[in-house]
Amino acid sequence: MNITVKLVTTKEIIPIVVMTEFFETVRDVPVIRFALLAGIVSSFTYGIVGTFVVTRRIGYIAAAIAHSILGGIGAAIYFSRTYNIEWLTPMLGAITAAIISALVIGCISLKFREREDTIISAVWAGGMALGLIFLHHTPGKGVNLESYLFGNILLTSKSDVVVTCVLGLVVLGLVALFYHKLIAVCFDEEFVQLRGVSSKVYYLLLLVLTGICMVLLVRVAGIVLSLALIILPAATACRLARSIWMIMILAVGLSMLYNVGGLVVSFELDQPTGPFVVVVSSIIYGCSFLIKKT
Amino acid sequence: MDAISCTDLSFGYGKVRVIDNVSFKIQKGESLGVIGPNGGGKSTLLKLILGLETPQIGCLDVLGKPAGKNRRKIGYVPQAMRFDPLYPISVLEIVLMGRLDRLGVGAYSKQCRQVAEESLETVHLEDYKKRTFSELSGGERQRVMIARALACEPELLLMDEPTANIDLSAEEQFIEALAGLREKMTLILVTHDLDLVTELSDSVLCVNQHVHRHSLPLSGETIREIYSGRRRIEHHRKTRHHQGDHSDCSHD
Repeated sequence: MNITVKLVTTKEIIPIVVMTEFFETVRDVPVIRFALLAGIVSSFTYGIVGTFVVTRRIGYIAAAIAHSILGGIGAAIYFSRTYNIEWLTPMLGAITAAIISALVIGCISLKFREREDTIISAVWAGGMALGLIFLHHTPGKGVNLESYLFGNILLTSKSDVVVTCVLGLVVLGLVALFYHKLIAVCFDEEFVQLRGVSSKVYYLLLLVLTGICMVLLVRVAGIVLSLALIILPAATACRLARSIWMIMILAVGLSMLYNVGGLVVSFELDQPTGPFVVVVSSIIYGCSFLIKKT
Repeated sequence: MDAISCTDLSFGYGKVRVIDNVSFKIQKGESLGVIGPNGGGKSTLLKLILGLETPQIGCLDVLGKPAGKNRRKIGYVPQAMRFDPLYPISVLEIVLMGRLDRLGVGAYSKQCRQVAEESLETVHLEDYKKRTFSELSGGERQRVMIARALACEPELLLMDEPTANIDLSAEEQFIEALAGLREKMTLILVTHDLDLVTELSDSVLCVNQHVHRHSLPLSGETIREIYSGRRRIEHHRKTRHHQGDHSDCSHD
């Protein structure tokens, strides 16, 4: 398998477009419109779930889940091509892998807490390795691996936006229903258990929600860079706000600014969207250390 | 009626027996101090009462049911210092955890909020409800933990090292808050602070693999026996009052 990394910019994929007005492009070019919609919808889930990830300090678990998604994508592409299963899309494979990884990490770390770092490493590397093996054996034309690792706006389709919207609503709905229990589990698992509430179930739910979030922007930002998009807005918000509500609102705002603003600016400057957004959000996170919390 | 009834209880981790053939009873409304050397089994006994561990031999009934079946009637106050001090949670949100319900979804009810606010009033923190946990001092954090336990509307209140890591002035406020609870519920204090036990307890349960019950005050000889000369015994307040300064007054 020959893997080369060439990041795709928005202007490269729409060569016939010569206008510089981004919003006219949004109106005329479906791919940009889909990416923009996916970015807006996922901002809400990234901001809210990202706040849980950052405050509960499970960024490494989120990273492991994100990387293991490649295993699901590889398996979905392999089986769909080998056995001609049309409904088995890479997105479905990614969601399945994210949920399985979240549950595996969660269940094993709850049972053998002292081995958490080892399990995270195993799922992280194992998932990626599995994906590469599946892609190596996939028949037909070569698979554009880097588009899954680092994102490719060209791959964003209407069905992806629909899946992103549905998953986003599911995630937000579950957070709204179990908000207080998730907060309590993040703060004091033992006390939650004493109240007759299964802390393990809600911890696993938090990991599954994190896993689903990782999949939302896999087309635009890729599995590696979407990790930054869930962590950096919430981490920046944590530096600036005190209460969990304020952090969530600020993280949603920042996430939207990064996703939408990043798409606009990367288009204008002819930069690859995913990496551009991550670099800008990393710089802003760095700058947040210069601001003192009031 | 007994708040806790323990008969021939044994428990261990692997081959190490931490609690060995222990029997005792605690009456409802009683206030009891639990003391003993580190590794003597105090925390394990606490976990067994809370139902976080299951007895391997013998039986342990709490408020008339086997331990773990009546958790919702127990208020538990852990050491506040074990929490992430940077977790961005408000005082009211912490206290409302005392109203968590297995089947409850969505926002807390008005009644839950009222109970939580009354609990904060009991520990004199009603003006602190919007503050974040990280802004509070050690004593204030510990009082928030008591308010959370009270929001459970408990019949039995268990406290683990309640005065650990709090300063002298905060400790006095803290003891005042606890003294008001003595008449309302069964109180169990797990601590190394013998002055706290003397001020708030009716009797003492000494745990060192086995259990011995002592009336108060404890004699120096009894204390030495309990700790087998291995543990520094803390007499913060009295010693400080005697010396009139704020030096570390722990002695053997």
